[in-house]
Formats: sequence, structure tokens, C-alpha cells
Amino acid sequence: MSEQLVNAIADMREEEALKLVKEMVEGDSDPLAILDDAREAMDVVGKRYEEGTYFLPELMLAGEILNQITDILKPELAKLPEVQRHGKVLIGTVEGDIHDIGKNIVTFMLDVNGFDVLDLGVDVSRQKFVEAIEDFQPQVVGLSGFLTLAFDTMKETIDAIQAAGLRDQVKIMVGGGQMDDQVRAHTGADAYGRDAMAAVKLAKDWIGG
Amino acid sequence: MEKTWAQMSADEKQEANFQKLLSPKDPEGNDLQFQSPEAEANYKASITRIKDAIQIKKLPDKVPVTILPSMFPYLNAGITVEEAMYDYDKCTAAFKEFILEFEPDMHIGASVAGPGKFYEILDYKLYSWPGHGVAPEHSYQCNEGEYMAAEEYDLLMMDPSFYFRNFYLPRVFGALEGFKMLAPYTSILEMYGVAFNFVPFALPPVQGTFQTLFEAGAEALKWAGAMGSSDGELATLGFPNIVGGFTKAPFDVIGDTLRGTKGIMLDIYRQPDKLLAAMETLTPIMIGMGVGAAQQTGNPLIFMPLHKGADGFLSDEQFKKFYWPTFRQVMMGLIENGCIPFPALEGHWDSRLEVIQDVPKGKTAWMVDQSDIQKAKATLGKNACLIGNVSSSMLNLGTPQDVRDYVRKLIDTVGQGGGYIVSNGAFFDEAKPENIKAMVDTAKEYGAY
Repeated sequence: MSEQLVNAIADMREEEALKLVKEMVEGDSDPLAILDDAREAMDVVGKRYEEGTYFLPELMLAGEILNQITDILKPELAKLPEVQRHGKVLIGTVEGDIHDIGKNIVTFMLDVNGFDVLDLGVDVSRQKFVEAIEDFQPQVVGLSGFLTLAFDTMKETIDAIQAAGLRDQVKIMVGGGQMDDQVRAHTGADAYGRDAMAAVKLAKDWIGG
Repeated sequence: MEKTWAQMSADEKQEANFQKLLSPKDPEGNDLQFQSPEAEANYKASITRIKDAIQIKKLPDKVPVTILPSMFPYLNAGITVEEAMYDYDKCTAAFKEFILEFEPDMHIGASVAGPGKFYEILDYKLYSWPGHGVAPEHSYQCNEGEYMAAEEYDLLMMDPSFYFRNFYLPRVFGALEGFKMLAPYTSILEMYGVAFNFVPFALPPVQGTFQTLFEAGAEALKWAGAMGSSDGELATLGFPNIVGGFTKAPFDVIGDTLRGTKGIMLDIYRQPDKLLAAMETLTPIMIGMGVGAAQQTGNPLIFMPLHKGADGFLSDEQFKKFYWPTFRQVMMGLIENGCIPFPALEGHWDSRLEVIQDVPKGKTAWMVDQSDIQKAKATLGKNACLIGNVSSSMLNLGTPQDVRDYVRKLIDTVGQGGGYIVSNGAFFDEAKPENIKAMVDTAKEYGAY
């Protein structure tokens, strides 16, 4: 493990981190070990976010650094087997709502925390959620929405999942600007979360990992 | 001799602005003819009540109440958002129905829906709206993106108007492509060479853009006329709109529609000095935007929707370094010109209250969404009027009794000592009308000091 690389990523020293990775690749380091360092650094970032020392600038920069490292390692990694994931989360912004900033942050945090996330995007119909649950077989479904219209659309989406006979095989979490427990109860979801770490915590509690 | 505007202090300017509101004029400049003596009395009582709540010098007669909706007035009247955006008569009729049904002390006008046809003419890409990416009954929504590239800060700072015209506007309005070809106006200096600057106006893409602008301008005027008539009529019925316009915190100017959320968050690490310098450049421009709007409309409240400074976006240090200084400068500039900054703390702002309480007393009014309102009262509320905190979830899903109980609690606590206006906390589309009624009626029945 390169402590130097882990620290450079975790402390947001982007140029140094990328320079180190390039040097390591040129020096024939094991790409999997480099990726492990990057994951370890993301764990630190996640913890600091959870503790309230890191916020969106750090999450977004960490995401950018990780993307660049993955790009550098891509030719090497293509030869390697897929990593084991904790479990599957299906996520999307409900029909009628096209906001995606919060959802994207949740997707990113779930991904770096080891979940296999399928993001359906924005303005996702009930039918699309139902079909994706059937195909993707997630343990957790996350519904996002920013507008008051989402209160009802989330409820209708969960009703549709129920009607398709799929409600018992998934845990459902909701999130977005105007969510609280009253809205959660109205929608029929199992829980709501105020931020990305809440989503990670819920997924971990439900799936493990 | 009476002092000129320039000689007045900020206090005197604010007072003069309120006095102007208390003797309203019609568009011809004559005294406004109210439809009844009661309407006139209600109008003046409402303004005085709001003035006292904002100034926190003396207690108002009772806690004022307002409703700050997004698309609710239209949906409640049984028309779609699409109809409200495209049929200005239906829009203003629905808004009038809304005001007469609920009778708030102040309102923000029918302009929230905006002119759909105008957006269509200019091929506005920054938003999706009914018929253009959103269903007829849904509100318009922003298409977030990176409309300003990371390397364009210097260009923006060198000449913001040139940058907006030649780079930003053609990206967000498809019909303004022709602007890309225009020369900077600051090159027009003397006779030698002056004509070269005007050559672009002979080119078909530029002429096409200007043809479209004439059409868009005519549509905007038609819509603005409808909005003005609506405000005028509601005033004669005793219901003032005292919002004069809007401006933004420089961090949100860059973070919302120029660099976008991701762009600005990365800039905090990758080019913090440029970000800070650009916000300094934008500060006087944002002050001018608010002051200009207040002068044009005669209404001193300048709305400031706040977004990327909320809890969870930035650390305390980042907030204090990047968000707060220029936001405060904009507010101070507005205050010096007699305006009343009306910032909306959208979402949660609990961690910022200690910082943002540093505003001059009696000069600002803050819409509070889901922040801890008691904590807000104990900090920001010492210096500023608080508006709101009845949540979208309660108005949508609660019962009238829930709303009555909550509004009573707000009046008993936040209302203590003045400086509070009952209202919803976030702009909303859907709600139970009986809950809105319960909010207004409880304020009126229970809010006497």
C-alpha cells in the first residue's frame, strides 16, 4: 500500500495523486493495488464527510480524482475480474421531476462504498422502476425528488411496486429537498434520508457491507 | 430644504421607500383609487404591519401573514401550469382568485409562472417547462449544466457584459446565436475604424437574432403589462405586492447557472483565487440589479433565493470564505440604497445562523424553510425579521388542526417581540387549500400583540 497515494487523494492533493499514480503505473506497480489505495482513500473521504469535516467540494473533487485514476488504469484493469460488491441499489428521480444533483451525490457515495448502483436518471416512470426491479433485482430502491409533486409521485411509484408484487423483496428509501418523516409515511417508503451518508447508512443496515 | 436621495442615510431611504408604499400611485402617477375605503385601510394596515415587523422598532398591531407560493395559485384554480404560462388572462385571474380566497397581508405577484411563449421564441435551454420537457401540470425546472467553462473566469471578469452577451447567452438561448458575432461595444471609441464594429449587424445570423429579439420583446411587454395590471388591481382591492425584484448571492450566481454545482465545488480547490475574484467582480453588479429593480417598481423588498450556502454544501470555513463575504456585501449595498434584502434560506441553514446574524438591525427579512426556527430567532432573529417555517410537508399532508397548532406555536415563540411574519417556508406547488386557509386565519385570529 502507498500511504503517500492514500493521503494525497484523501487530503485533496489532486495533482500529486495523479502524478503518483502515473509513476506507479510506469514503475509496473500492480494496478489492483493502486485501485485498493484509491478505495482506501475514498473510505477516508467518506468518513470525513460523515464526521462533518468534508462537504460537497471534497466529494466532488474526490470523484474527479477517482475518475482520472480509473482512466489511467483502464487498459490494465480490463484484464482483471470484477470486484465483489455488497449488494444492489436501484436509484432514480421520480416522474415529473428532473432534479439530479442530490441523486448523483447519493449514487456516487453508494458506489464508492461498495454497492452496485443502477441509476435510472431523472423523470423515471413507475413502469420503468418496476421493470428495473424485475431485471436488476436490487435489495434497495432509492427514490429522489425535489418538488412537492414528488410526494404523490413517490407514493404512486411505491404503489406500483406493490401492485407488481415486488414490494416485499426491496427496501425503499426516499430523499430530496422537502422530505421528512411525514412525507416518508405518505409515500409508504421504509425510510428517508437527509443526505448521502444517510443513504449509505440505510443501505448498509439493510444489505450489510 | 428637503434632503436629496443622495444625502439621505440608509435609514432615511428605507423610511422614504415605505412612505412611498403608503401613498401608492396609479400608472399615470395619480393617487391610487381604491375600490372601497376598507380596501384602502387594509392596504395601509398591511404595509404598516410589515414595516413594523421588518424594522423591529415597535410591535406591529398583529403578526403579519403572507403566502409565498410557486404554482399553487394556478393548480388551486383548476388550471394547469402550462395554461398559467401561456394564457396571461387565465394566469392573473387565477392569482386574483387565490389572493381573494386567502387574503394575505402581502403577496409576490402572478409573475412566478412566467411567459411560456417568450421562452419558446428565444428557445430557452436553461429550463424545461410544460410542453418542453415537463408535463402540463408540472412546474418548470432548471437544466443544470456547465454553461461557463472552467477556463473562462478571466473572460468573465474582463468584461461581464461582453462575456454574457457573446458566450453565456447564446448557450442558454438557442435564438441568440447571432450574439456570438458581435464586437465588444467598448471598441467603439472614435471615428477612425468605428464602422468596422458595426459590420456584424449586416450578417444574416445577427439580423435573425435581432428579428427574434423584437418578437420576444413584444411578448415580454405583453406579459409584463398583464402582471402590472394584476398588481394594480390587487392593490386597489387592498392587497400590496411589495417585492421589487430580485438579485443573488455571487456564489449562487456562479454556482447555479454559470459553472453549475459541480463546477463551482471543484473550483474551490482548483482555482479558488479566480472564483473569489469573479465574485468580487459580480458583487456591484448584483447590488445594481436589486437597486435598479426597486427603483423601477417602487417596491423596496429585493428577493434573494439562496442555494449553495445551505447546510451540507460547504464546510463552515468554506462558507465563511466563499459564500458569506460577497453575499453580505450585496445585502449591505442594497441596504445603503434603501432596499430591504429578502433572502430565502432554502432547505436547512442551522450551521450558518451564527455567521449570518451579522446584519444591521431592522434592515432585512429572511424566509426560513426547514432551519430550526427557534435557533434562528435566537441568532439571526435578534437583528432581522423572519418569515415562514410552515413546511411544505405539513401544508400538503397535515390537517388544518396541525397547521393551526403549529402557527400558534410560531406566533407564541418566534413572534415574541415582533420581527416575524407567518408564512410557508418553501415555494410550493401542491398543498391542501384548507391548510393554507388555516395558516392565514390562525395568524389573523391569534396574532394580535
